[in-house]
Amino acid sequence: MLTKRIIPCLDIKNGRTVKGVNFVNLRDAGDPVELAKQYAVKGADELVFLDISATLEGRKTMIEMVLKVAEQVNIPFTVGGGISSVEDVDVLLKSGADKISVNSSAVKRPELVNELSSKFGSQCVVVAIDAKQVNGQWKVHLAGGSIPTELDLFDWAKEVETRGAGEILFTSMNNDGTKNGFANQALAKLSETVNIPIIASGGAGTIQHFTDTFKVGNADAALAASVFHFGEIEIKDLKEELKQEGVSVRI
Amino acid sequence: MKIVIINYGAGNIKSIQFAFKRLGFEALLTNNPDEIKAADKVIFPGVGEASSAMQKLKESGLDRLIPQLKQPVLGICLGMQLMCKSTEEGHTKGLGIFDVDVKRFSNTVKVPQMGWNTINNLQSDLFKDIKTNEFMYLVHSFYAEQCQEAIATTTYEVEYASALQKDNFYGVQFHPEKSSLAGEQILRNFINL
Repeated sequence: MLTKRIIPCLDIKNGRTVKGVNFVNLRDAGDPVELAKQYAVKGADELVFLDISATLEGRKTMIEMVLKVAEQVNIPFTVGGGISSVEDVDVLLKSGADKISVNSSAVKRPELVNELSSKFGSQCVVVAIDAKQVNGQWKVHLAGGSIPTELDLFDWAKEVETRGAGEILFTSMNNDGTKNGFANQALAKLSETVNIPIIASGGAGTIQHFTDTFKVGNADAALAASVFHFGEIEIKDLKEELKQEGVSVRI
Repeated sequence: MKIVIINYGAGNIKSIQFAFKRLGFEALLTNNPDEIKAADKVIFPGVGEASSAMQKLKESGLDRLIPQLKQPVLGICLGMQLMCKSTEEGHTKGLGIFDVDVKRFSNTVKVPQMGWNTINNLQSDLFKDIKTNEFMYLVHSFYAEQCQEAIATTTYEVEYASALQKDNFYGVQFHPEKSSLAGEQILRNFINL
């Protein structure tokens, strides 16, 4: 049976993890390669690296990091942040990334999704969508959630699926950072709207939140950052409990 | 031990090369027929779309070379699918090494299948020291039907052949290079064939 995936997300700036990580027995918590290896051992099913470098130098460092992760880590990983062209993707995939994610650049120029899926295959094209519920309507936001658009979450999800996206990473801005749980209603509706896998993001605080997002939100995968980085939830415990709750996971 | 990875411009092959490196083997990326013929083990990778990948194989004459190879050959993901008779993806005729057709999952399940699923009914030295129900990482929209040449099966919508073998030719639908320690064991087993 295909299992539900648990995905730690690492924010990377100039080749280093930021937001801090609080692992015991880690020589260098800022080293993304070291962290990635730890997560692979701990049972993470996949990893996401989000590049938040704003400089060209930072981008170059990111490519070096991708090479090192690919060299040393034996589970799949996605790279996102600042990707806006076929060339950007080409260099990341050639450096060993398994998937890439695009966000604002796809909203600005939706043909990008077609170009990427036809050149590299849908399987490696993740479209990340940040959305916020305003007056009952889920509106897509850009640039890390800072710029609102008139685009409806569900319409946009359907469109990117048609254009060849292989997966959607949906972050609810209403839930992100709250630790009050994922946006399960919107997630369940997304799963009805499209027929590609959905990664739930934003709001993880407890193990129960993960159970809910798989059972109520029908998510195919759940992504979180701080609860894993600060050891608030151990992936092993999380998976044991999910299994007991009848959620199929890889242990 | 000379391992080559056939480089015909289809997708991410770096991670396969890195996986061998973690096992202590240098694998050469090449499309040179002499290098491929001289290798002890051949990896036939593939990510992307079937008809354009097949086109690339034809342009380089690899479509004729691969079925004639005598050493162990391992097709991975699309590589395995291209070793079959045909695939529904782009209505593509395959290399015909495995006597099976490749179909698309229906929309009763999410397509692509993406993530970790189990392999069962293991029937080859390729799976030495691998337990039944071991998890492997898969990303695919098309699958080889259950058949005589199946050496592993996986269930997603239907029970399908997630690994195939005929003589010196092996194919796996999953990505051993991305399937943690068990995946590395399968690559090690392939090296030891």
